[in-house]
Amino acid sequence: MSGALKIVFLKEVLDNFRDRRTLLSALLLGPLFGPILFAFVINLSLKQSMTDEEEVLEVPVIGREYAPNLMRFLESQNIQPTDDVPANREEAMRAVLDGDSEVVLIIPASISDDLAATIPARIEVISDRANTTARRESRRLVSALSNYNQQLAALRLTVRGVSPRVMRPLNIDTVDVSTPSGRSAMLLGMLSYFFIFALLTGGMNLAIDSTAGERERGSLEPLLCLPVTRDQLIVGKILAACLFMSLSLFLSLSTFYVTLKFVPLEELGMTPSFGPDVVVIGFFLLVPFVLLGAALITLVASFTKSYKEAQTWVSVVLLAPTLPILVVSILMIRPSTGLMFVPSLSQHLLLVSLIKNETMNMLHVAISSSSTLAIGALATFICARLYRREGLLG
Amino acid sequence: MIVVEDLHKSFGEVKAVRGISFTAQNGRITGLLGPNGAGKSTTLRALYTVLKPDHGRATIDGADVVKEPLLARSRIGALPHGAGLYPHLTARENIQYYAKLYGLPDDGMNERIQAVIDEIGIGDFADRRSKGFSQGQRTKVALARALVHEPNNIILDEPTNGLDVMATRSLRELIRKLRDSGKCVLFSSHVMQEVAALCDEIIIIADGQVALHDTPDNIRERTGYDDLEDAFVCAIEMVTPETVQSV
Repeated sequence: MSGALKIVFLKEVLDNFRDRRTLLSALLLGPLFGPILFAFVINLSLKQSMTDEEEVLEVPVIGREYAPNLMRFLESQNIQPTDDVPANREEAMRAVLDGDSEVVLIIPASISDDLAATIPARIEVISDRANTTARRESRRLVSALSNYNQQLAALRLTVRGVSPRVMRPLNIDTVDVSTPSGRSAMLLGMLSYFFIFALLTGGMNLAIDSTAGERERGSLEPLLCLPVTRDQLIVGKILAACLFMSLSLFLSLSTFYVTLKFVPLEELGMTPSFGPDVVVIGFFLLVPFVLLGAALITLVASFTKSYKEAQTWVSVVLLAPTLPILVVSILMIRPSTGLMFVPSLSQHLLLVSLIKNETMNMLHVAISSSSTLAIGALATFICARLYRREGLLG
Repeated sequence: MIVVEDLHKSFGEVKAVRGISFTAQNGRITGLLGPNGAGKSTTLRALYTVLKPDHGRATIDGADVVKEPLLARSRIGALPHGAGLYPHLTARENIQYYAKLYGLPDDGMNERIQAVIDEIGIGDFADRRSKGFSQGQRTKVALARALVHEPNNIILDEPTNGLDVMATRSLRELIRKLRDSGKCVLFSSHVMQEVAALCDEIIIIADGQVALHDTPDNIRERTGYDDLEDAFVCAIEMVTPETVQSV
């Protein structure tokens, strides 16, 4: 680094380490808030969607004394009839509607007679379909009941000398070819945006400050009177923003590594590979984006008149990198050499294949890094050209 | 020494400066006086190379502001209008940042910074963060950092704007001290009394042109008015008769 460049860089770093606003967004908001929120939301939705067969499901059963065999079967399926039973059908409906019970099973007194006479016996499952938890519980109860139904039917056929196989013309078997890591990658693919977002917010304040902020404060004009070139000033500032962005990126990867321990992905049959090595390799895959991000924000901010106006426009820059990621995720496009030329997208694809535990295509890594760095350098060059304008002072 | 020859500068259709020429000598205080929008700031901005003149030339101690801007800038200590500080840095750190960018050698830099702090009298708050400084404190620190490299030429754009009486007085003292040590001081103002109280030479600018350039006494003599304010109005009238009459 040349003399003046280094002086500007060091001053910006010191200045911004003292700025609560920058510190908050660089070290707290992006890196901590994002991954923790992500882990929390995933955790919650996993808990909601998982049917835990191990867990005992307690169901009030009206008329349990009429069907002792069925009760024994349900107990073997981890479904426990409870003692706290509504008095009659009306009260059972009210209890479900009020949410006192999720699901109630009603067995009529006539059940053993019906079964003996091979008349279809009517049993009722009362639940509220608008309630997600209740829907899951009633589904579990109904599937247990239909299992019992099939067992009885098979017994009846056997008694009559017919093979129960007559009842099963088809044997349907679904084969899932996705690897456990592959499945989690779909979920974790969303992550790359979290990291790019954290990276951008980390240097946002500094990048805005170097143009709109300096101008608003009145410190730009005296700065331009100094015997240093404007290129040295702007490049020093962009490099300082790069440092904060890298810091923010590294922190968010590390935070994610920690928070992921609290997400029960394994219970879904997913084994994401997100160890300390992924933190380090992921950092090197994403870090070339830093220069482009810093230059892009500086570029946008240089057109604005005040800090506030700059913040508004910069939030658009924060969203821009999502677009290619979104398109690729929806269309399920596989990584190709051509896509590696696109910044943010190439970082996303590489990170996903890293998490999927695939072998890294070194050509892809090389193209992604060099093309992103080249575009970043171009954006920096444009920034420097704009910084030379007379109109800079507004 | 600052020499300006036939300087022109337009912003789109607006001709802000149309052929200004003057020389500001070493060891003298030269005041640019003129109504708002006369072209004072534009002229000064061209001198400290923030703006590029369309036509004409200007030199700072012989260094051309267009051809050798870095050399010219190193010969100037500039205090632009409304100059701001970095709020998270202390006054001393603000000055130090400029000292480094001016390329002062590390050896003796801290002594030089202390000297300028003592000279301007900001020792009381030198190590406080500049967030929350008063306008007067800010201006003094901004001046200190502009003088840290001991420039031969000092350019001040409306330096007393927003300052109270005491701050204005101490700033005037300082400007006189700089003059007495042989520096070339060029400053702009639209306040007649200020220029009258301070300047060895007055350049009255109106409508982007020099209306008069002389010592205060000679200006009184040439315009035939004893009161400088009347002389000021008279001089401007010579350049833009129609505007003044309408006022």
